[in-house]
Amino acid sequence: GVLTMGWQGVDDKEYVGFATLPNQVHRKSVKKGFDFTLMVAGESGLGKSTLVTSLFLTDMYRDRKLLHAEERIMQTVEITKHVVDIEEKGIKLRLTIVDTPGFGDAVNNTECWKPVADYIDQQFEQYFRDESGLNRKNIQDNRVHCCLYFVSPFGHGLRPLDVEFMKALHQRVNIVPILAKADTLTPSEVEHKKNKIRNEIEHFGIRIYQFPDCDSDEDEDFKLQDQALKESIPFAVIGSNTVVEAKGRRVRGRLYPWGIVEVENPMHCDFVKLRTMLVRTHMQDLKDVTRETHYENYRAQCIQSMTRLVVKERNRNKLTRESGTDFPIPAIPTVPDNETEKLIREKDEELRRMQEMLQKIQRQIKDSH
Amino acid sequence: MTDAAMSELVPEPRQKPVVPMKPVGINSNLLGYIGIDTIIEQMRKKTMKTGFDFNVMVVGQIGLGKSTLVNTLFKSQVSRKSSGWNREEKIPKTVEIKAIGHVIEEGGVKMKLTVIDTPGFGDQINNENCWEPIEKYINEQYEKFLKEEVNIARKKRIPDTRVHCCLYFINPTGHSLRPLDLEFMKHLSKVVNIIPVIAKADTMTLEEKTEFKQKVRKELEVNGIEFYPQKEFDEDLEDKTENDKIRQESMPFAVVGSDKEYQVNGKRVLGRKTPWGVIEVENLSHCEFALLRDFVIRTHLQDLKEVTHNIHYETYRAKRLNENGGLPPVTIETEENHESNLIPGWLLPPPSPACCQ
Repeated sequence: GVLTMGWQGVDDKEYVGFATLPNQVHRKSVKKGFDFTLMVAGESGLGKSTLVTSLFLTDMYRDRKLLHAEERIMQTVEITKHVVDIEEKGIKLRLTIVDTPGFGDAVNNTECWKPVADYIDQQFEQYFRDESGLNRKNIQDNRVHCCLYFVSPFGHGLRPLDVEFMKALHQRVNIVPILAKADTLTPSEVEHKKNKIRNEIEHFGIRIYQFPDCDSDEDEDFKLQDQALKESIPFAVIGSNTVVEAKGRRVRGRLYPWGIVEVENPMHCDFVKLRTMLVRTHMQDLKDVTRETHYENYRAQCIQSMTRLVVKERNRNKLTRESGTDFPIPAIPTVPDNETEKLIREKDEELRRMQEMLQKIQRQIKDSH
Repeated sequence: MTDAAMSELVPEPRQKPVVPMKPVGINSNLLGYIGIDTIIEQMRKKTMKTGFDFNVMVVGQIGLGKSTLVNTLFKSQVSRKSSGWNREEKIPKTVEIKAIGHVIEEGGVKMKLTVIDTPGFGDQINNENCWEPIEKYINEQYEKFLKEEVNIARKKRIPDTRVHCCLYFINPTGHSLRPLDLEFMKHLSKVVNIIPVIAKADTMTLEEKTEFKQKVRKELEVNGIEFYPQKEFDEDLEDKTENDKIRQESMPFAVVGSDKEYQVNGKRVLGRKTPWGVIEVENLSHCEFALLRDFVIRTHLQDLKEVTHNIHYETYRAKRLNENGGLPPVTIETEENHESNLIPGWLLPPPSPACCQ
């Protein structure tokens, strides 16, 4: 249907009407629904599940079984996915939470970030293949749009494992560092730790998700809000799934003998800031950056390594005409594995033999003249 | 010497004195006050004069409040780091052992307190065997003591550097122990008194705390880890009842430490000030710091030392003697160390025939 709006000057002969385009886009998107994939990473016991439940007000972890310490001695890092469809005021969101149980829990955590990096790459690869395929109508976007990395409030800033993880992942996904269980810290401790973590992130060259700068024509309030957001990183959060009574109001919080911590009180923690940023203001930007930067990086790298292989093959086929019109999309990982190497070698052999045969035939023709 | 002369030297075997049988359930009706009970006072006076050694080791990941807790326990700046935020040091690449000694005095009694810190424990990406330097240090102190004991000219009071108590700091995840916690305690509970402590307990609500403690106790039991006070060393029923209660209900102590004071209800208390209230360290409804303090300092201090000396040290000593064929460790006498390492002749192995006089 066509939108009819009460625009001023709608009867003006100069008015074309494409100003309604944003609304049309909006309507179509709303009908289609949105999707968002959020990854949570960090060692166990930092309140990741509680925070996710608090953020999206839906319990995805009801049937979760936590392992005992002796069972975790042999545990490796797993990647788990929970999908939930949320609807609010007619807008549908398909939310995927990717969890990383086992990360950082073992005695020896060498390269425990690898399964996480591999998972992210696999989603990129899947999308790349789908994008390059013939039927692109219903591509499912499973790429990870944002990774909340939980930093322990008990350490003195970042720990060696935190640095390693973020350095391995900062070029694959938008990392938003979180200072977990912040109710264990006094306000000055929070301040100190945030500064320390920010300095260390800069010192180690870690590129966390950058909030885009405001447009100059935004109003002052928005600009201030934006500035405050940028200066809050890492977000000091507290999560809770219980409702307690504080000062006559019922709030989400944690009840201690010495007082009540309110999750949604900006004086108590940055939960509201995180939720605002993640859901209400920057969700689209997170997706855009994933698409425009991280995915494109992956794609470029992938194409580069594939091109190298194809060029190598093309050079061997100089004598024979190669149709080469079909751009092959083999399942080539960025580093060719043994199977591919073997195939390449066999092809080499074949081509060499064909070359020899051709030369023989050529000589025969020459001789017979 | 003639036999006759010999017999003069050796006195006639005296008749064995008649030792009265131990009185059974008699209230001896003393005819006056003898003053036997003053022995307690004499011992007290002596202890006050000589003072005593106490060595505490703290183990746990960086940032769990170990130094703050020790400072709070002894109400003085006895830990390696001074309080405040000038903790810009880096995590060491291997576990280090740093011992700091202080003499603190209270009520006329002097205590030479040594706090042994273990920076680097559990902070690396690969923490395999990170307990080994700690075990080595503990055994080295036993070895030092053994060497002193075995001397002829022993010092009147052998300086005691043995670790009497090891406070192990558990991360308050709220879920369970970590594999590293189990590994450490499995290895070290056999050589030293381990007191597990839940650090930074202000991160848990009351229910979370209770649940976590139960979980930890169960995991320790399932894995056969005996923390102090160990069941097998309860001396009598009284001990057992008292210790059972501590073992099954109070431990591991969920603590919070602080060296800052705040005004609460007109009193100045040690605590942590947050936007939602003040956490009082010595308030039992807030955390169990007071229980830990009473346990370690006011009731079980002497027992910690005794168990270390009578059990852990003796185990070590027996092991060493067995290694040496029942002989104490022999040090080769050299010019430098001859005066402190003289081994009595009857302890040395018999000389070979060639070097007979």
